[in-house]
Amino acid sequence: MRWFRGAGENRPKTASAAGVSQRIRRRSTGFTEFTRSLSGSKELSILDLGPTSAANISFLTGYGGRAYTEDLLRSSANADYRKKVEGSEVLDVEKFLVDNLNHPEHFFDAVLCWDVFDYLDESLVKPAAERLAQIVKPKGVLLAFFHTQDAGPDYPYSRYHIAESGALELEPTREFGLKRVFNNRHIEGLFKGFSSVKFFLARDHVREVLAVR
Amino acid sequence: MWKSDKSSPPSPSQASQPSLAPVPNPGPTAAPVSPNRETRAHEPAPKPVDSFRAEVGHIGKSVFVKGELSGSEDLYLDGEVEGSIDLRNHSLVIGPNGRIRATIHARELVVHGKIDGNVNVSERVELRKSSSLVGDISTQRIVIEDGAFFKGSIDLQKEAKPEQRKTVSAAPGATNGVSLVAAGHSSFAE
Repeated sequence: MRWFRGAGENRPKTASAAGVSQRIRRRSTGFTEFTRSLSGSKELSILDLGPTSAANISFLTGYGGRAYTEDLLRSSANADYRKKVEGSEVLDVEKFLVDNLNHPEHFFDAVLCWDVFDYLDESLVKPAAERLAQIVKPKGVLLAFFHTQDAGPDYPYSRYHIAESGALELEPTREFGLKRVFNNRHIEGLFKGFSSVKFFLARDHVREVLAVR
Repeated sequence: MWKSDKSSPPSPSQASQPSLAPVPNPGPTAAPVSPNRETRAHEPAPKPVDSFRAEVGHIGKSVFVKGELSGSEDLYLDGEVEGSIDLRNHSLVIGPNGRIRATIHARELVVHGKIDGNVNVSERVELRKSSSLVGDISTQRIVIEDGAFFKGSIDLQKEAKPEQRKTVSAAPGATNGVSLVAAGHSSFAE
């Protein structure tokens, strides 16, 4: 992994301070494959780990089942999950996982992680991936995006919205800073609880990963 | 207990009346997206939403209720409630100061404040940009403004059968209003 120094604490700023800007349309091979793997299925339970998005909820409820949404990154920045260790504030991972990603085993047919792993607190990355492996059903799918080494620490955090055509729309903000860049080996290690991991490299320095449980 | 001042119609204080106008598109170069898109189980022709009636019960921000809150009229709730809220055939608006830790049953729900609890709304849920809802939602239609925070699941219900949508008549002797079954704790600040 490549680390960025000075990326700053993950403290969510207000929308105005975060510099919310226009949406950028983006085609995604990974998302196309994700939806293709779900086609023909009904009554699915799908988890979206990005910020609350009306468009995403509309899309996911179209599969007929329940759509679940948990803004993992924003929740991890909540002061309630901070604890003092040797004079410095760190994330209380154990407490966080009691309240978040707390679902029965083999519950979800699909999970949308977007690029949350690139922004999560380091102490939470591996536990979150392990928890996801537990709560995804066998044959369930997980889609995650990872920035490549060309993305710097100032790379904007984006909210992902699913457009009606199945493309994605990115809404860049400055709410959070990029924490790290994974290489392929690290990504494979992260999803070792999954039976297969497929990579799609996009032109905008994003590595799209589709993992099958 | 609290006193309902029926001499003057209660106003929703600083919060605006529920507005159903869609949020404008984010920009000229962005693809046409309606962040305020309504999600529903079916795709019938859009129905006009009932306007919020003038005669509305009002619980102000200084009121704290612990227990069961039920009623036979629409309610604007800007205080704090812990327990359950049952307005099955009526509309409920949670004001910006509203802090709800309860299960909610209503016909329509508009949220400006904070809810921690499951929500069962027969027709429509609106989460405004200042709102925060942690819990599971079961409803026919949902509108989420950009900026709203929601954590939980959404289950879109099919449209109820006509016979289920009749207004429940009041029990003999009962009057329109909101009743409280408090579990021994209600308070308000001066």
